[in-house]
Amino acid sequence: MDLSYGEELEGYRDEVAKFLGENWPLQGEEAALGWVEQATVFRERAIAAGYLCRNIPKSYGGSEQEPNVLKAQIIREEFGKLQAPTEPRGIGTMMLVPTLLERGEEWQKQKFVPPTIKGEMAWCQGYSEPGSGSDLASLKTRGELVGDEWVINGQKIWTSGAKTADYMFCLTRTEPEQSKHAGISYLLIDMKQPGIDVRPLRQMTGGADFCEVFFDDVRTPKDWIVGQRGEGWLVSRTTLKHERNSIGSTQQTRALFAGLVALAKQSKIDGKPAIEDPGIRQRLAAVEGYVTAHHHSGYRTLTKDAKGESPGNITMMNKLISTNIGHDIARLAMDLIGDNGLLGPGARSMAGMMGGTEGWISQYMYSLGIAVAGGTANIQRNVIGERALGLPRDAAAERSSGK
Amino acid sequence: MNFDLSEEQEMLQETVRNFLENECPATTLREIFDGDTGFSESLWKGMAEMGLAGLHLPEEHGGAGLEILDLAIVSEVLGYMGTPGPFVGHALAGLAIATGGSDAQKKKWLAALATGDAIGTVALAEEGGAWLPDQWSLEGGSLTGSKNHVLFAEQADVIVVGVAGGGLALVEKDASGIEIKDIDSADRTRRLCQVSFADTPSEALPEGEAAGTQLRDVALVLLAADAFGGASRLIEMSVEYAKTREQFGVTIGHFQALKHQLANMAVEVEPARGLYWYAAHAMDHVHDESERTAAVAKAHITDRYMQVARDAVEAHGGIGFTWECDVQIWFKRAMFDRAWMGTPALHRERAAVMAGW
Repeated sequence: MDLSYGEELEGYRDEVAKFLGENWPLQGEEAALGWVEQATVFRERAIAAGYLCRNIPKSYGGSEQEPNVLKAQIIREEFGKLQAPTEPRGIGTMMLVPTLLERGEEWQKQKFVPPTIKGEMAWCQGYSEPGSGSDLASLKTRGELVGDEWVINGQKIWTSGAKTADYMFCLTRTEPEQSKHAGISYLLIDMKQPGIDVRPLRQMTGGADFCEVFFDDVRTPKDWIVGQRGEGWLVSRTTLKHERNSIGSTQQTRALFAGLVALAKQSKIDGKPAIEDPGIRQRLAAVEGYVTAHHHSGYRTLTKDAKGESPGNITMMNKLISTNIGHDIARLAMDLIGDNGLLGPGARSMAGMMGGTEGWISQYMYSLGIAVAGGTANIQRNVIGERALGLPRDAAAERSSGK
Repeated sequence: MNFDLSEEQEMLQETVRNFLENECPATTLREIFDGDTGFSESLWKGMAEMGLAGLHLPEEHGGAGLEILDLAIVSEVLGYMGTPGPFVGHALAGLAIATGGSDAQKKKWLAALATGDAIGTVALAEEGGAWLPDQWSLEGGSLTGSKNHVLFAEQADVIVVGVAGGGLALVEKDASGIEIKDIDSADRTRRLCQVSFADTPSEALPEGEAAGTQLRDVALVLLAADAFGGASRLIEMSVEYAKTREQFGVTIGHFQALKHQLANMAVEVEPARGLYWYAAHAMDHVHDESERTAAVAKAHITDRYMQVARDAVEAHGGIGFTWECDVQIWFKRAMFDRAWMGTPALHRERAAVMAGW
């Protein structure tokens, strides 16, 4: 066990720090640009230096580096210190680009990957439907080949960023005569065309982070399909070997916990700082046990990834673990803010989550959104039970998948 | 960056586990559990021959000179296997003498403790849950008073006693005025005694105060490691049962209610491995964090163990509530790990104080 990065990697850290010292923040005229333009200028330099888009080939605008999770971690740490721009966030870089690199046609990679990783092309994900949540493969949105075009009709829901997206990658039922998983294709759709109606969904927080998307004879070219017809389910499950950020979520959790401790110091119970209350101290320390365990668990995963070994079942558990911690922190925060828990969540976005009372009310609600998004906690428990612990599959799910 | 066990450490765990699977299988464990003393001479000798009695003691005194992390990962395996015997008390007594003893004391005891020919234990707790060095009130020198919850005092050749001021003193087995009374211990794999002294001669450890705080923290780490191993075992037992027990024509693991309970148990325990590793590693390498991390690890993991043990009984249904079912052995080990050296609440409050809250 050795928790230092060692001489070679510390040398690498110095290189990264030197690059950042010379390149961020931008100087002179460039410093007057807007944030988006600044980020674009900086990203090009960071890619040229080999620090961003490391797993993307040079021919598609990446820096094509040997995978190295420890170097990737050092880059995140050093960039994080100066809040320098990293790869554009969003579903395009996270989901579509890896999928295209693994399964896409050459022309698709050339057309879509470079602008997406530069942040010039925004994507949304068309998976869930009103009747198809946990049972996603039952989706009904139809795609029919008419001449050289797919004609798409149906509805998607929980679509983050649909208002601003240029394109959608969309699971579509194109082979209705096939069994449910085998009837789905992975289509790319231009969002700026007639027949697409995007309606924001108002959340319990009052904000609107995602939308419903309605398709009425929406068209996309015949070859805007990733993989073959009927392979969409498999394509959507593509994961590329990449530099997994195994401690990203644990760092967020630690930051949230630090915010909770700060809140306990500011809040009062019977006129005294809440942090002096024995019950509050017990609960804080109990939550800290989970936060600290999750933190070290992240470093173990990082080590396993660096060695090219499997971290084991923990990777299937991380979502539920961070969800549980989020609930604990939110509940304790609501007890700390007391009467202010009667107020609405003034802060209507994730931004400002850490500050003030409104932020904690928002966090109290958002922690539930996180518990549901991307597979509910109960679905996570199924996955852990069946794949990690080897328990038998649910009988209904088994029948429905035709296996 | 290597937050993982070395190949040698993984091999150490595997060797100990293989040994215990052969020498202390379920039937043997059950005999010792149901027996009068909870102690098996042959099992102890076998463990000692593997070097477990002196794993962490200095090589110059016949030990293996390994670190607290090595001791802790063995403790995990013993917890997993439900191993009966004096390992914890013995390890702590040796550690205290190695850290706080005079040359003469080390010479007298360490070699015999390292081979397991002599058994050591520690006498710490006083009335009212006074487990910690700053709570001890028994005056040193000629001892009069009593200590509670002493592991395997009947078998011990030397007892390391916590005294007022946070120091430590040695008492030999046949010292005058010593009286040992068995307690009806819940955990029959780790038997406890009350030890009373009446003008009993003792010998102070010169560096007893430093050894006392180290002993406290290492004890917490070993309990956390044992708890991680035991909790992992209970999850395996419960999953296995869910895969074999049939009701309504299918194995009960088909039912989501149980599947989710088992998943929750796994999610409570699996991430805690790194917490006890780090606490153990910190004892040797990150001194400014070791005291607090040990407290957090003990509080967190022994609490998880106890809850998982309750869940395991439930997952086994009626049979889980019987003496015949092995779950009860680990359930009671969870009770031990949770309460010995102080409850999770005690250590959470310590962690809060140390954080400056």
